[in-house]
Formats: sequence, C-alpha cells, structure tokens
Amino acid sequence: MANIFALAEQRGGELRKVALEAVTAARTLADATGGGEVHVLLVGAPGIGGKAVTLGAHGADVVHVCEHAAFVNANPEAAAALAAALLARLGARAGVFAASAEGRDLAPRVAAKLGVGFASDVTDFSVAGDAIHVRHPTHTGKVIATLALTGTPALFAVRPNVFAPVTNAKAGRVETIVPPADPAASRVVVKELRGGGKAKLDLSEAPVIVSGGRGLKAADNFKLVEDLAAAFGNAAVGATRAVTDDGWRPHSDQIGQTGRVVSPDLYVAVGISGAIQHLAGMRTARTIVAINKDKEAPIFKLADYGIVGDVFEIMPALIEAVRAARAQKH
Amino acid sequence: MRIAVCIKRVPVMDVKFRIAADGKSVDETGLKFDVNDFDLWAVEAALQLKEKTGDGEVAVFSLGPDAVQEQIRKALSMGADRGVHLKADRTSADPLAIARALAAELKASAWDVIFFGRMAIDSADQSVGPMVAELLGLPCVSAISSLEIANGRGTAKRELEGASEIVDFPLPVVLTVDEGLNKERLPSLKGIMAAKKKPLESKPTPIDGATVNVVKMELPPERVGGRIIGEGAAAVPELIRLLQTEAKVL
Repeated sequence: MANIFALAEQRGGELRKVALEAVTAARTLADATGGGEVHVLLVGAPGIGGKAVTLGAHGADVVHVCEHAAFVNANPEAAAALAAALLARLGARAGVFAASAEGRDLAPRVAAKLGVGFASDVTDFSVAGDAIHVRHPTHTGKVIATLALTGTPALFAVRPNVFAPVTNAKAGRVETIVPPADPAASRVVVKELRGGGKAKLDLSEAPVIVSGGRGLKAADNFKLVEDLAAAFGNAAVGATRAVTDDGWRPHSDQIGQTGRVVSPDLYVAVGISGAIQHLAGMRTARTIVAINKDKEAPIFKLADYGIVGDVFEIMPALIEAVRAARAQKH
Repeated sequence: MRIAVCIKRVPVMDVKFRIAADGKSVDETGLKFDVNDFDLWAVEAALQLKEKTGDGEVAVFSLGPDAVQEQIRKALSMGADRGVHLKADRTSADPLAIARALAAELKASAWDVIFFGRMAIDSADQSVGPMVAELLGLPCVSAISSLEIANGRGTAKRELEGASEIVDFPLPVVLTVDEGLNKERLPSLKGIMAAKKKPLESKPTPIDGATVNVVKMELPPERVGGRIIGEGAAAVPELIRLLQTEAKVL
C-alpha cells in the first residue's frame, strides 16, 4: 500500500485532458502496488476546487486543492513548491505528471527539490520490485529506453494521448492545502496567456491531426488543411518545420524532432515528403494517411494509407467526403 | 553581462541506430556528432545578448568524454569567449545527476544568465535546465521563443500546446531555448581560426547519485506502412471506407 501523487493540469480554470491521463496512470500504479491512495494536487484561481469531482471520477481518493489569485496563470515556482511539499508529506511512492509544456517545466523542479531523479515522456510503466520501470523514447523515437527509477518518490511524466482517461470513481475527498510560500511572491510571473481558447483543440490532446507541408505551395493554401480538420470535427492542425520556418504557421504548430511529438489516433499528412525531422514527431500515430504527388516520398513508407496525386485536386474531394461521412454518422 | 551556455554533443539523427553489445546503450560506431540543435540556438541567444549589451563574456560548458571538446570548439568558433570541458567518461540517464555536476561548476561564479537548449534530442529529457536552476536557487523560464532583457529584468514568450505565455523575470536567471528564438550563425573562417586560440579548460567531473538507470535499450518495432490505395481524387471513397471499417477512426 503506497500513496501515489498526481498533478492535475488546468488552464484558464478548465482541467486539461492530460490531467485525467495523469490521474488514470496514478490510479493504475496505485492498484499495481497494492491499492494505495491516489492524491491529486489541483492548483488554480479561486473556484478551481469545483473540478475536484471530475478528478474523483477518474480515480483520485483525495484532491488537494490550493486556490489563490496568483494561480490565475501558471505559477511554476509556487506550484513546484506545493507539489514537493505534498509529495514529502504523503511519503509518496511515486509522482505522476503530464509530459506537456507545463509538466515538463514543473516536474524537474520538483525532482531537484526532493533530490530524486525524474523520467520524462513516458509511454509505459510497471512495478519491478522496489523500482518502477518506465519506457521512454530517445533519439527522436528511433530508440526506446527502459529506465529503472529507484528513488523515492519515483517521479515521471506521461506522454499525452497514451494513457486514455478511464472512469474509475473514488471518493475524491477535497482537502485544502496551504502553499509553503506566498504564491504572489514568485520571482517569475506569467503576465499573459495568449490563444488556446476552448474552441481550439491542441496538438497533444486531439485524436486527429491534419498536418501540412511545403507541398501546399503557399501559406493561404493551409485553408485546405484547416477545412479538413474542421470536417473531422475533432482535429488539430500541425505543420512541418519547413512551413513554420517560412512563417506560414506559428512555431507552436510544428511537429517533429525540434517541435511537438504527437500520438493521435489518426494523422493525415498533406503535401509532406517525410523528412527525418518530421517523422520523429509523428511516427507513433496509430493510423497515418499520406497525400503527396511524389510516389517515392518517404512518408509513404510509413503511411497505412497513401494517395498519390495533386493535393489541390484530392483535398476538396476529401473534405467533402469526410463531411458527408460525419453527417451520416450523426 | 556574464553569460554561461551549457551544450551537449549528440548524434546526427538521420541514421538507423544500432544497440550496443551491452544492450543498454546506442552503438556509436560510424555515427556523426554535432551540437544539439536547441543548444546552438542557446549559444546564438548568448552571443546576441553579449553583442547587445556590449561587454562581458560568453562561457560554454559541456559534460562528457574528451570528444565533447569538438562541440565546445564549434561554439567558440561561433563567437563564445571560452570553454569549460567537464570531463566524465560516462554520463548518466538521470538528469538530476547531470544537473548536480553542472551546478557544482556553475556555482563557482556569478552569472547573469545561464542558457540551456530546451531539450537534448538524444536523451529527450528536457529536465537539466530547470533542475540546475533549482539547485542554484535561481528563477527559471523554460522553452522560450522570444526574449528581451534590459535593466536587470527580462520578458520571454513560452510556447504551450495551442497557446503561449508572456513571462516576466528578474536576473540572474536560467533560460532554456526553444526553436523559433533565433537562427544560429555559421562559424566564419576567421571564427574557426580564432577558436583554436581561445581558452578551453578541462576538469574531471564526478557524476554520482543516480536514481534513474538504463535497464535496456531497444529499437521500436518497424512500422508496416507503404500501402498506396490509389491515385488522385478517385481514391478518396476507398480511403473513407478504410478509415471507417479498418482503422475505425471516422
């Protein structure tokens, strides 16, 4: 029996899907180590405690809530101090974070505070005696390392979209937690959050990603990619490095070795040749569709379904067909 | 302005890797190496900051075997002033063990800014920068894609998934650099000649206390793709059928 900690990520007062994934992973680990309690830390602006119910429904026994006006935006210094203090107080066996932009910023600080190692971007985990073993892709996904975490707590961050949230109702008892230091006194202050409205699905959460490359020829033609994403209704838009370097799309849309690593259910590559740099970011998608005029393009070697031809001819037909298929279903 | 940059030697990725005989590492035979992509942008950020403020120094640190001196020389040829090689024959899978070794060296002097790349593309941890900050008691902003520094304070942009943050911070600070902040300069011939004469100190550096260790390394299963279902718009109905009935994603 051991306590397992998880951090519940929120943005703008809404829980992120990765929060439920982290709690689900923590529940799995707690059950695998003899049915200990899952303790979830939820930090946010006043009112965030209302989200504790959802965390309980996904397997949290206790939700430790800290509400403070200085948590309206991310406040990594104060949140890391809270997480480290709670992990220490619980004597937790392990701590689970999301390998998101926020989780990967926060968790290393917590690890350094507690003097234990940390494994990031974890795609699987298991209990191995006193250690916890995790799988972690390295070398742009071309090598998979199995790592033994022997510190206590064992800290790791799970890759988004790998551990599907599972409903597993537990008490979700709410406890108020007091920050060890004044959250308003943090040296680093996030003064503004831009973009990322609720309407926009982000790359790490979207079950479908439609991505465009140089084959689209001009920035304006990205409308075809956006329209196909809209037709799916549950898709986000990605891009290759060539496209973000040219300023057609923001760098935050880039999928690849130096951009985001994604694992959606479906990845549609439009006008993408399949440079190593790009494949590094999407090779773990469950199903890959490629549309490209060059039948020798490397992307076709990876694709489950390839269509050779002119993207400007194929895309309008595909957008219509996906719209029709979705309309039929509903 | 006193600026430190920590860089890592990493393999060039456009190869099929092999696992070494120990089953716990990548076989380095025949691999080419370079400075980690993100670390080149960190070096560039440091050089631009020094140029803007008009004085000070840029010192480059790298942990690893003697071979990492090649990467330190590259940073020197871009314009960094001096290098420090933290000599360790083996590194570690534990980012905290690495961070401790770096922090022990960095704390010996007072830095205004310590730059890291956002992530090493080989080990893919994205942890050492924030850990060093924590060990040194410094503020940290990770994964920045814009940066302004003036009068002892700075503002940076951080890319999130589908959003970004604008962050204010005081100096001294640890910053980790994401793609998009800048494009690194190429070393000039003059820079390459000058780099040969720049100071590069090597000191033995212990790495210990690891609580993350490699059990094994393996290659992922090959993806079985390569199925072309047709040409042009005529192939769309078949694609829809396959997405519905076979992949079950539509």
